[in-house]
Amino acid sequence: MNATTADPHPVRASTVFFALLRRDVLVARKELAFFLVRTTMQPLLFLIVFGYLLPKMNFMAKGYQAALLPGILAVSLSLSAIQSVALPMVQDFGWTKEIEDRLLAPVSTQLIAAEKIVAGMLQGFISVAFVLPIARLLMGPISGLTLSHGGEVLLIVLLGSLAFSSLGMWLGTAIAPQQIGLMFSVIIAPMLFFGCAYYPWKGLDVVPVLKYVVLVNPMVYVAEGMRGALTPGVPHMPLSVVYVALVVIAGTFWTFGMRAFYKRAIG
Amino acid sequence: MAAIETHGLRKVYPAPPPPKKRGRAAGPPGMGGPPSAPGAFGAPRGEIVALQGLDLEVREGEFFGLLGPNGAGKTTTIGILTTRVKPTAGTARVGGADVTSEAVRVRQRIGVVPQRPNPDRALNALENLLFHAAYFGIPAAVAAPRAGQLLEQLGISDKAHAKVDEMSGGQQQRLMIARALIHEPQVIFLDEPTVGLDPQTRLSLWEILRVLHNEGRTIVMTTHYMDEADKLCDRIAIVDHGQLLELDTPASLKQRAPGGTLVEVTLAGDAAAIVDAVRGLDGVLRVEAKGPLLRVYSDRGGRVISPVIQIAEDNGAAVTNISLTEPSLETLFVSRTGRKLD
Ligand SMILES: Nc1ncnc2c1ncn2[C@@H]1O[C@H](COP(=O)(O)OP(=O)(O)O)[C@@H](O)[C@H]1O
Ligand SMILES: [Mg+2]
Repeated sequence: MNATTADPHPVRASTVFFALLRRDVLVARKELAFFLVRTTMQPLLFLIVFGYLLPKMNFMAKGYQAALLPGILAVSLSLSAIQSVALPMVQDFGWTKEIEDRLLAPVSTQLIAAEKIVAGMLQGFISVAFVLPIARLLMGPISGLTLSHGGEVLLIVLLGSLAFSSLGMWLGTAIAPQQIGLMFSVIIAPMLFFGCAYYPWKGLDVVPVLKYVVLVNPMVYVAEGMRGALTPGVPHMPLSVVYVALVVIAGTFWTFGMRAFYKRAIG
Repeated sequence: MAAIETHGLRKVYPAPPPPKKRGRAAGPPGMGGPPSAPGAFGAPRGEIVALQGLDLEVREGEFFGLLGPNGAGKTTTIGILTTRVKPTAGTARVGGADVTSEAVRVRQRIGVVPQRPNPDRALNALENLLFHAAYFGIPAAVAAPRAGQLLEQLGISDKAHAKVDEMSGGQQQRLMIARALIHEPQVIFLDEPTVGLDPQTRLSLWEILRVLHNEGRTIVMTTHYMDEADKLCDRIAIVDHGQLLELDTPASLKQRAPGGTLVEVTLAGDAAAIVDAVRGLDGVLRVEAKGPLLRVYSDRGGRVISPVIQIAEDNGAAVTNISLTEPSLETLFVSRTGRKLD
């Protein structure tokens, strides 16, 4: 064996993975304020109007707050998980191809994509952790809110952020950069409004067609799951259904996301 | 074992997005490569054949130059060897590892300077180096002094904490060179590394490369500059249209250059009209016409210029430009590819 063919110290995949993750954490820390504004502004504004002002004006029925809070958290989680992956992907694969230095890292291309999804999940967690106390502060005591099902909450956040980070990976690598604005108005906006975030799914009994159409919307399961875990008193889908749906959805988006990333990465 | 080996390497890019106005026979604008007319090199309309069966062998510790005009396929070749582009057919091995099936092993031993700087814009210059090292498992304690030294050598230590966007193109290019070296790879690829560098930085890069070469590292460099290839490379491959045209040491290549000084004369009209008359002149070895361009190989140096001008004017064609090139890599290159380098 000679110099070139001798294997240099092989690097453990986990070492590279955590180096990539440290990079994303550093970048996220530098941009934390922007990130929080970008991903939690919309849900917080909604919260102020519908969770604080309207109830104060007595326009909202008692109990609406308990149905709204889990939905607001679901919106924050989904928006931040999607954007934390999709936006960097558009930038990284853009004109300058700045992701190149990571694609040259001695690990499989799939692991590089997986790390990005994990980083997106972390940012999903952060925005939930940011919005929950603010919401509680704004709305005052919410009847029916319980933090005793911590495990369930964690599982929903985990599965939900995985699903939406993977969706972000898919959208960010499969959609042309010029269409990213379109993506938000055509895909994200309807997903938010028909995602049972601002009303419980059971409420759609009044429009039965819609009740079944919205089932294709991944947001529904995050919002309903949050309800089941945080405000079990509000009517919600059984948690077992939510778990199964989120696992299937996350798996699907993960597969498509990985495939699209690979296609963009290797010319 | 060879440091790098390719066999029958082929790369066909799918059709580029259609141009707004459909071009006629010519390929899309800006494509220097083979025309994309139907059936060109067996490719359907619109596909771009970047490499057509490239066989290369780079020896252990060799400084290898890849010369070719724009669109020759140099960047594609580097892309495949660095696992970033998937070959359509053929095989390539770097340090014994296959670039497609053992990409991770290949990446572990290479450093890459891309044609266009692509630093991580979310990080500053120093962080770019430290994280790149971290991706190769090198702890910051080891990487930091190395990064400082590289920034120093490349004359950008004052930019260590600068945002990448605050660095000039040349400074970013130097950062790319530092990044390619921070993990001390055994095989180093540089794609036109000196384009956009000032003469002084170019010399210091040459110095760095010579040291790396003396340490026994394998270096593959594409370049536009003949003198650079001549001075640095052990062997040079001349490629065009994705094919190998010549492969030898600079000295042997120069011996193979067609004899005489190359005199290029640009006319206001078609040069073909005066080819026969010029061929009859004393000291003219060879004459070619290409549109308004007349190429005269002369063994009497520039002394053929005035009779050539005379002939042209007798034919009613004004001379608009004249250039002289001594026999060199450049004249060989022109005679083999029919084009100048830039
Ligand atoms: N990503 C790509 N998609 C389509 N065509 C490409 C792509 N990259 C290069 N080409 C084409 O392939 C040919 C070879 O290009 P390249 O390898 O960049 O040559 P060089 O580096 O020698 O200038 C050119 O015709 C170029 O236009
Ligand atoms: Mg090139």
